[in-house]
Amino acid sequence: MNIFYHIGQYFLLMVRVFKKPEKNSIYIRQLILEIEKLGINSIGIVAVISVFMGGIITLQLTYNMVNPLMPSYIIGLGNRDTLILEFSSTVLSLMLAGKVGSNIASELGSMRITEQIDSMEIMGVNSASYLILPKIIAVVFISPFLFIISVFCGLVGGLITGPLSGVVTIATYLTGITTLFVPFYVSFSIIKTLVFGFLIASVPAYMGYFVQGGALEVGRASTKAVVNTSILILFFDLVLTQLLFK
Amino acid sequence: MIEIKNIYKSFEGRDVLKDISAVFEKGKTNLIIGQSGSGKTVLLKSVVGLFDIDKGEILFDGRDTLIMDFQEQKLLRQEIGMVFQNGALFDSLTVEENVRFPMDMFTTMTMKEKVMRLNFCLDRVNIKESNHLYPSEISGGMRKRVAIARAIALNPKYLFCDEPNSGLDPVTSILIDALIKEITSEFDITTIINTHDMNSVMEIGDNILFISEGQKCWEGNSSQIFNTRNKKLNAFVFASPFSKKFREIKQMEDDE
Repeated sequence: MNIFYHIGQYFLLMVRVFKKPEKNSIYIRQLILEIEKLGINSIGIVAVISVFMGGIITLQLTYNMVNPLMPSYIIGLGNRDTLILEFSSTVLSLMLAGKVGSNIASELGSMRITEQIDSMEIMGVNSASYLILPKIIAVVFISPFLFIISVFCGLVGGLITGPLSGVVTIATYLTGITTLFVPFYVSFSIIKTLVFGFLIASVPAYMGYFVQGGALEVGRASTKAVVNTSILILFFDLVLTQLLFK
Repeated sequence: MIEIKNIYKSFEGRDVLKDISAVFEKGKTNLIIGQSGSGKTVLLKSVVGLFDIDKGEILFDGRDTLIMDFQEQKLLRQEIGMVFQNGALFDSLTVEENVRFPMDMFTTMTMKEKVMRLNFCLDRVNIKESNHLYPSEISGGMRKRVAIARAIALNPKYLFCDEPNSGLDPVTSILIDALIKEITSEFDITTIINTHDMNSVMEIGDNILFISEGQKCWEGNSSQIFNTRNKKLNAFVFASPFSKKFREIKQMEDDE
C-alpha cells in the first residue's frame, strides 16, 4: 500500500508543480540558473565517460566480433548503434540520475529541514512550482543535447581506440559509423532522453521535497532518489523500447 | 488582531493541541510560552496555516482562514511575515536577494523602489555592508536580523516569530527582542512570538499565553506573571535559582 501512497503523493506534487507560475520573469531566471547548474555543469563528466565508453565498446567489438566472415566496418557501426540506442540515452541517464538526482534531492531536502520551504509557503509562494518546475524543464531541455554530445564523444573514443587496436583503420571505422544509419534510432533515443530527463528531475524532487527529520534523512532521501530513479529509468526503457519498436 | 477559537490538532492519534482559544491584539507583542514539546510551534504553525487544524477557528481581523479559497489564502499570506527559529534564509541567495525576494515575487515595484525599500529594511534591523554576503557567511544574530528584515519587506500586518532568540547570546537576544518590540509598535502590527526565553517574557510580553501539554494554562502579561498562583506556570518560569531569587527581590520591592 505504501507504493500507492507515494504514487498518489507524487502526482499531487506534480499538479502543484505545473500550476501557473507567480511571476514568469523570476521562473525564467531560475530556469537559466538550473540549466547551467544541472545541465551545462554535467557536460564535462558526460564527455569524459562517453569517450571512455565509446573506446571500450569499440575494443570489445574488435576482440569479440571480428572474424574473416565479417566486414571490419561492423566495429564502427556497432559502436554507433550501441551508443545511440542504449549507452548515450539509458546508461548516461543512469549516470545523470546519480549526479543530478542526488543534487536535487539533497538540495530540496536541506531546504525542507531548515524550514526554507515553509518560509516560502508562508510568503504565499507556490514552493513546489518555484523550486521544482525550473529543474524539470532544465533537465528535460538539456537531456537531448547531452545525448548528442555523448554520441559524438563516444564515436570519438572509438575513433581513438579502434585504429590503435590494429584491427580497424580510421577509414574503415568512419565507413562503419556512416553505414546503414537508421534515423529513427536517434528519434527513439531522444524520446527516451526526454522521458528519462523528466524522471531524473521529478523523482528526486519528490523524495527531497517531503523529507522529514534531519541530515540523516536527507542523506537517505538522496540515496533512495538515485535508486528509485534508476529503477524507473530501466522500467521505462523497457516500456518505450517495446512500444516504439513494435 | 488574530483570534483563535477552540483549536484542536493531533498527529497520528496523538493530541498536540487541545481546545486552545486566545486573542492576539494589534500593536502588541503576544508571547506563547511553554516547555519544549508543549505544542508552541504546532500552535504557531497552525495559526499561519502550515498545519491544518482538526477543529476550531482562526480569524485574521475577522477573516476565517478555514473558509478561505486558495487565492484568498495566498493574499492573506502576503500580509504575513515570519521569522523562523534558524532564520530560514535561502542559502542560494545573498542577504540583499533574500530581503528582496518577496518584493520580486509579489510586487510590481521598479528596481529603484525595491532598492529603497531594501535599504530601509536593512537599516531598520541595523545590517550594514553585508548585502552581498550569503547566509553561511554571516553570524546567527545577523541571520535573525536579516530574517526580520525579510519579514517586514512587504509591510506585513501580522508578524510571527518562532523562538527568535534560540542559539543567541544574551546581549544579541536583548537586541532582537527590542527590535521586534519596536517594529511591532512602529508599524502597528499583530506580533506573535514563540519563546521559552524568560528575558523576552519579562521585557516584551504585552500579552502572554502559557501552554502546557497542548492546553492553555494561563494568560496574562509580564507584570502579572510574578504574582500568579498557577503551579505549572510557576514551575516553568521560576525553574532556575536565579529566577527564584529575582522573584523574591521583586516581591520584596512590591511589598515595600
